[in-house]
Order: sequence, then C-alpha cells, then structure tokens
Amino acid sequence: MTDTVDIAKATPDQEQPYRELGLKDDEYARVREILGRRPTDAELAMYSVMWSEHCSYKSSKVHWKHWSKNTTPEMRAKMLAGIGENAGVVDIGDGWAVTFKLESHNHPSYVEPYQGAATGVGGIVRDIMAMGARPLAVMDPLRFGAPDHPDTRRVLPGVVAGIGGYGNCLGLPNIGGEVVFDPSYQGNPLVNALCVGAMRVEDLHLAHASGTGNKVILFGARTGLDGIGGVSVLASETFSGDEGGTGRKKLPAVQVGDPFTEKVLIECCLELFREGIVVGIQDLGGAGLSCATSELASAGDGGMRVELDRVPLRATGMTPAEVLSSESQERMCAVVKPSDVDAFMRVCAKWDVIATEIGEVTDGDRLVITWHGETVVDVPPRTVAHEGPMYERPIARPADQDALAANGPETLPRPSTPDELRAEILRMAASPNLASRRWVTEQYDRYVRGGTVLAQPADAGMIRVDEVTGRGVALATDCNGRFVKLDPYTGTQLALAEAYRNVAVSGATPLAVTNCLNFGSPEDPAVMWQFEQAVRGLAEGCKELGIPVTGGNVSFYNQTGSTAILPTPVVGVLGVIDDVRRRIPTGIGAEAGETLLLLGETRDEFGGSEWAHVVHGHLGGVPPKVDLAREKLLADILLAGSRDGMVSAAHDLSDGGLAQTLVETCLIGEVGARVFLDPDQDPFVQLFSESAGRVLVAVPRSEELRFTEMCTARGLPWRRTGVVDPESKSLEIQDIGDLPLAELREAWEGTLPALFG
Amino acid sequence: MRVGAVTFPGTLDDSDTARAITAAGGEAVALWHGDADLRGVDAVILPGGFSYGDYLRAGAIARFAPVMGEVIDAARKGMPVLGICNGFQVLCEAGLLPGALLRNAELHFVCRDQWLKVENNATAWTTRYDAGAEIIIPIKNMDGRFAASQSTVDELEGEGRVVFRYVGGNPNGSLNHIAGISDPTGRVVGLMPHPEHAIDALTGPSDDGLGIFLSVLDSVVNA
Repeated sequence: MTDTVDIAKATPDQEQPYRELGLKDDEYARVREILGRRPTDAELAMYSVMWSEHCSYKSSKVHWKHWSKNTTPEMRAKMLAGIGENAGVVDIGDGWAVTFKLESHNHPSYVEPYQGAATGVGGIVRDIMAMGARPLAVMDPLRFGAPDHPDTRRVLPGVVAGIGGYGNCLGLPNIGGEVVFDPSYQGNPLVNALCVGAMRVEDLHLAHASGTGNKVILFGARTGLDGIGGVSVLASETFSGDEGGTGRKKLPAVQVGDPFTEKVLIECCLELFREGIVVGIQDLGGAGLSCATSELASAGDGGMRVELDRVPLRATGMTPAEVLSSESQERMCAVVKPSDVDAFMRVCAKWDVIATEIGEVTDGDRLVITWHGETVVDVPPRTVAHEGPMYERPIARPADQDALAANGPETLPRPSTPDELRAEILRMAASPNLASRRWVTEQYDRYVRGGTVLAQPADAGMIRVDEVTGRGVALATDCNGRFVKLDPYTGTQLALAEAYRNVAVSGATPLAVTNCLNFGSPEDPAVMWQFEQAVRGLAEGCKELGIPVTGGNVSFYNQTGSTAILPTPVVGVLGVIDDVRRRIPTGIGAEAGETLLLLGETRDEFGGSEWAHVVHGHLGGVPPKVDLAREKLLADILLAGSRDGMVSAAHDLSDGGLAQTLVETCLIGEVGARVFLDPDQDPFVQLFSESAGRVLVAVPRSEELRFTEMCTARGLPWRRTGVVDPESKSLEIQDIGDLPLAELREAWEGTLPALFG
Repeated sequence: MRVGAVTFPGTLDDSDTARAITAAGGEAVALWHGDADLRGVDAVILPGGFSYGDYLRAGAIARFAPVMGEVIDAARKGMPVLGICNGFQVLCEAGLLPGALLRNAELHFVCRDQWLKVENNATAWTTRYDAGAEIIIPIKNMDGRFAASQSTVDELEGEGRVVFRYVGGNPNGSLNHIAGISDPTGRVVGLMPHPEHAIDALTGPSDDGLGIFLSVLDSVVNA
C-alpha cells in the first residue's frame, strides 16, 4: 500500500529504514522536526537522496566561504551566473555568454565502466542545456590505477568506449582532457566530465519555477527503475514477496544511457529556447525528480504541485518513492506559461520527444506531490534542496606529512652520461603517463559541428563560437595529484597554474575557473585537511590571477578501506580568444626557419616529478615552487606574441620537463630540431625538472629580436634553446646525441596500444 | 544551385554539410526526414551521424523515412546524391549503392586524418580532382568496413566505380581499401570519410574536401 501523508500522521511510530538509505539518526530526527511528523516513504526517499554528500555538499559547503572571500567585485563582474546555478556563466564578448562545468562520475564508472562514463557525459551536457546554452564540446579528465593491473584493463577500455559511444553519437566534439595512471586510483578510478556551451547573453535560462499557475512539464525519456540505488531498500520493504519485488532487485544501480535520445532532446530544447517559451528549466540528474522538483520550487517564488502518477514510466508497479528517485537518463523538466503549453508540446512532437504536464507552480510555499489523488509528499522545498545538513568536519594535518616532505628526491641516483640521458628521454617518453594519448583520443570524434580549432594533443582544446567574428574559447584541465599530496595548498595552485598556462599557450586569455575536487573520505580528518588546503589554495590563487571560480563539483569517499586516492582537485580554466585564426599551434615547423626559446626559469625541482615516479617509484619532498605573478606575465607575453604574429608554436613544460616538451613538439610538428642546453646548468636538471611557469615557444627568425626584447623589457627570463630544422628527421641535443623521430614516435605512440589495444 | 542536406533524428553533420555547400558557393537547403519533399533542390547530400541511434543496423531505419522515397526517385532520374558516413550506410540500405558497412576491424570508433586516393574523377562529385590525386580528410566512424560479395567487388573495380581508396593504411579493414563507391551512372556516390570537415585548414586537416562540393555544383551547371 502506498504510504501517504495521512498514513504517516496516523502511524507516527512506524519504523523506517532511514539508516539503510544513508541518513544519520540526527538527520532523520531533523526531517521529523521539519515535517512535524514522520516522513512518508516518498519523503524519506527525497530527503535521504537530497541530503546525501553527493547532492547536498554537506561536508564541503562550510568551506565555500573561501570562494566568496576571494572573489573581488572585478572578478564577479565577469560572471553572469555563478556557484549555485547548474553551471557558471561568463561573458566572452560579441554578445556571447559561455557556460562550462566539470563533474565527477567516479563510482558508477568503476562498477560499470561503459555506462558509468557514458552517463557522466550525458549528465554534464544536460547541466549545460539547463542554462539555455547549446553544448559545444566535451572533455574528460580521467585517472586510473596502475596501467598493467588487470582491473585497469577492464576499467579503462570500458570508460573510453563509453565516453566515445555516448559523446560521438550525441554529436559533440571531444577536445581534450587527461589520462593519468597511479596505483592510488586502483579501485577508485576518477571519471570527470566537462562540457562547455554557448548562448546569446539575453538567452540565459535559470532554473526557477516562477509564476503561479505556470505548468511543470517533464520531457525526454520515460522513467524507469534504473539508477535507483539505495531507495530499493524502500521498494523491497513495501513490495516484499510480490512479483515486482524480485525483478526490481536485479536492476543495475548504474543508469543506462541512450545518446540518441539525448541528441534529439538537445535539438528539441534548443528549438524551445529559440521559441522563447521556457520560463525555467532543470535537468534531471542525480536524485532525479526529487532534485528537479525541489530545486525548481526552492529557487522560485512559490510552491509547486506535482501529480506524480502522470509521469510516463517504462516499468510497471513503481512506487512513488521509486519514481521520485529514479535516475533514468535523458530527462528535463521545464516551467511553461499555460498559454505556451500547446506550442511547447508541438515542438516536442516534432522531435518525437515525450512531454507530459505533471504539475504547476502554486502560490503557497510547499512542494506537494500526489499519487493517484493521495498526497505522498508535502514539504517546504528549501528544506530538501538548499537547507540540508552542513558539517564542520574535524581537520588534522596528517601525522606523516612532515616525514613525506623530508623524504626528498635529492638522493635519488640521476643519469649523467650522454648515453644515460638519451636512454632516459626515450624511457620517459614511453612511460604510461607521458606516452601519446592517441589510442584514447582516436576513439573520440573531435571534428563534429565543425568548430574545433585545437584538440588533443594540443595543450588546450579550442572551439570557435562565432563563425563570423571568429571569437572562440579555449579550455584546459589539469592536476598533478602527487604535487597535491606533497603540499595540497601549493599542489592545487600548481594545477591552477598549469591549466591557466595551457590556455595561454593557445593564444587565449584565461577568464574563469571550474573544478572537480576528488578526495577520500571527509570523515578522515587528514583528508579534510587536504581538502581545506586545496580549496583555500585554489580560491587564493584565483584571486591572485584575477579570474573567478564560477562553479565546481566535489567527489568524496574515493578510497578503499582507509587508503584514499591521491588528492585530485582537477582544475579547469576557460579562456577567450577574439579570433581563433590567431591560435598558437603545439607542433613546430609551421613556418620556415624558427628559433626555439625557453621562457621561464629552470630549478632543481624533482619532488613529485614524473621522473622520480617512473624511474624510482618515489614520492616525497616538496612540489615545485609556484609563482602566479610569473604565470600572469607569461600569459601576457604569449597573448602579445600571438596578436602580433611573433609566435608560431608554443607548448608548455609540465610532466616530464623540457625533454618531454621537445619530444612532443617535434613529433606533433613532424619536424626535427637542434637543441643546445645551457653549459652552466646540469643537463639532467634542464631536461627533466618540472619547475612551473615555463613554456617552449617557436618564433619565426624574423621576429626573434622583437620577441626577446619584449621578454627582456617585461622581466621574463628567456633562453635561446635551439632551432627547428625542417630538413632533419631527428631531435638532436648537443652533447647528448641524436634521437631519430621514428625511434621517438615508436616509444611515444607504442605504449597505450601495447597495454590496451 | 540548391543542394539539400537531410536531417534525420540523430544526424550530426548536417550543419557542417550545409557550411561546406555554402563555402563552395552553393545554396544549402535543409531537408527534413519526415517531409516527402526535396524543396526543388538540384542535388542531395545525406550527412553523417547516428540516424535513429544506429539502432537495428546503421542506416537501416533512416532508409524508410518519408524523404528517402523522394531521394530514391530523384536518384533514379539522375539527380546527384552523396552519402557521407552514415549517409553512405543509408544509401547502401536503400539499395542505391551495393555492399554494406560493417563494424571496424579493431571494433573501436576511429577518428583520424586519413589519406585517400581519388580513383575516379569522372563522377558528379569528383570532377574537380586530378585523377589519382591524394587528399587528406577526416574519417570518424564505428561501422566503416566496406564489405560486399566478391562478384560485386569485381564489378565495382572493373567498372571504375571505386571512387576513393584508403592509402597509407586501411583504418577499418575495408575490402580492397575501398573508402567510397558510385552507382553505374556516377551520379550517386557514397564515402565513409568526411569531406565537409576538410574545407578549411583552421578546423580540419586540410581544405581537400571542398573539391567534392565544388564538383557537384559544376555537374549541375553542366547537366
């Protein structure tokens, strides 16, 4: 029998499985206090899922003060919408607004790699649509366990195929991302997904349910039993023994995606936006209708009444709690004026999208949900969506943090002879974290929609937004979890610095920041210390760079037993470029006669480096120094160089140092180069150090003097490091030797196919 | 010159195809799968994508769309028709071109810049190329492996109806490295690679694909 508000009032002492649903005793008590009675099954399902860590940010919200504290009015002025909306929105000029967001789909991708990763793409794309934007591109920062571990061979190919299978069919170009291996991600792979979209500034749609009498329309796929997760506890209780009970238990907790439905839904939404008949819109993601109805009502100016039995279902015998909690994919919820409902339905019919009026905005302040005429939910929506619990978790610097810092890389044996150095360059180029990502990125469509200007293996992805003016955006995501582990504050600023630099080397101007903060258990004070340091580092770093954090996502509990992943705050930076035709490519050789210049300073910095990891399996010491003022100067110089046609190629130095950057610029450009190291500095340090704030640029010989004079005048250290040699088929490093491109390519491109092909 | 680009539910490269038609100097006309109406176009392109999600079999459902009846009739009367990627699959399913496109040999989606040899520059879609020209344009698909009976392949080869052939490696295991073919008249052509993504070196590997769109405008003028 369906549990109703009347029954709940009549049976105040009925036992409820709130613990199985993840609510703590005091949280359950608070629900009872809010309602003045016990919750119904449906209400319990809503509160438990909306008050989960994933939906409520209850452990992290208290740290959001760092964002607001570090956002100046000048930074805020660039934002059209920020934290709290589905995705942040920034003004990029020419009347265009751009929205972008990163989100995690970690655990589902471990359980079911293909569908977990696929629905991660689907979810982030709907977030972007919920802002009124046309999605333009996606990218996926990924982390996996040891490359040779058998489970990585299960997870990685499935995740890559899922991202490709969904994104390719959806018709969005995949323009970048990351693939990183570390044993700490064994059992907890990170599958983060980013989507960027654009709209005219005046078309911004926010998720508000305003206007008494306006209709609430659910459209897209039918609602089924997939992705219900913990709420099946309620179902098995209510239905134990009947025919529905056994069948439903076999359904996967991971949702199943249908990219074709999503593609049609995108086109349908965009046509609805063009017709101007959407008052408010919300995607259905985590927590399904529970989230969509409570968030729409909570953000609006009234209440909402929903007839839940009108929801089109794809399974029989679903309970109201299941309908509310289902995470069936490819669904959206819109608020529409009564006079526009017919027009709305016509557009949906054109695209063969199922649309159903399920309720309306009311003038009260309650969210009331009925099931065949009986009230099953009657709650103040803010208490579900926005006023969940908030915890100030204990924070403690890990006991072994000092020992970790003291165990520096200084004593690790270093290669010194030319032969040793040459062999090390090849070994590093072939190592799993530095090897070519081509095996992965070839499974993603990077061309669809015809606006892709840069994609992997470039440092940043770049998309043309305006076909007439050529205005576009560049995006990069980065994080070296080893740096963050050694020093979460500095490590997170290094992630920010790298993403910022990667956007700058494309010729774009960094504008805004998003993030996906992947950490272990918030109940571990050491993890919370890492988290707090990371948030503060990022917030203060953004203030120094003058670019706002427009949104983000937190993923906790990425740990197995008491062992957490490397703290991985993935930072995404969005930049704007007024004309994509002046983008800076990664590969050298575009112009005849180029000089290679190394910008920035190289120090003996190997703590957390790829070299220490690959060659010695070592993690200790302190990460490289971060200098955000220097990063800003570097970005300014690159922008000036791009504007005045002084730079013909640029590639940042990060994992693997100068050696890796040289290998990649030659292989991507398919030309050789002659390189001269500084006779006054250890060649090993020059080749493999991971000092931040460095970029290798190629400048046409005719521009060399003008460019270097500009660097000198503005105080940016530079060094003439070599020349591009279009005649040569090798990377020739003076005093070390010749590295034929064919040999380098075999090393660089052979690794991933050998592991996963 | 009016060149139509058909949109089925799940078509992805329709706007790119329209952009390429415009870049070549033609007038791009949007055609809708549900309308049995070619809107007076002089040529038709079936763009790439995943029509109807490629459910059942790539191109198998799209082939029955109302617009396809008109396309088949027009093709039989000599209208130039081009199928790109999923469009090629639809033309095979519709019986306008022989053979079938099967899952790539390595069972992965493959997106890469691919060298092709123009084997026949006498079709309605290839007159702008030199015979034997090598061009580089993107390929991106899951089901691109051309397959046909030996007698069909012999016929295609014998009649010069292999229009494009992969060079520098066969990306999907296609028979005889076949990337594109034509009907006996040379008016209906299908190919797996995407010429509409190679009209500008800014957003593609080259502008080698533009020749296809320029060729059909010539053929319509000269018809």
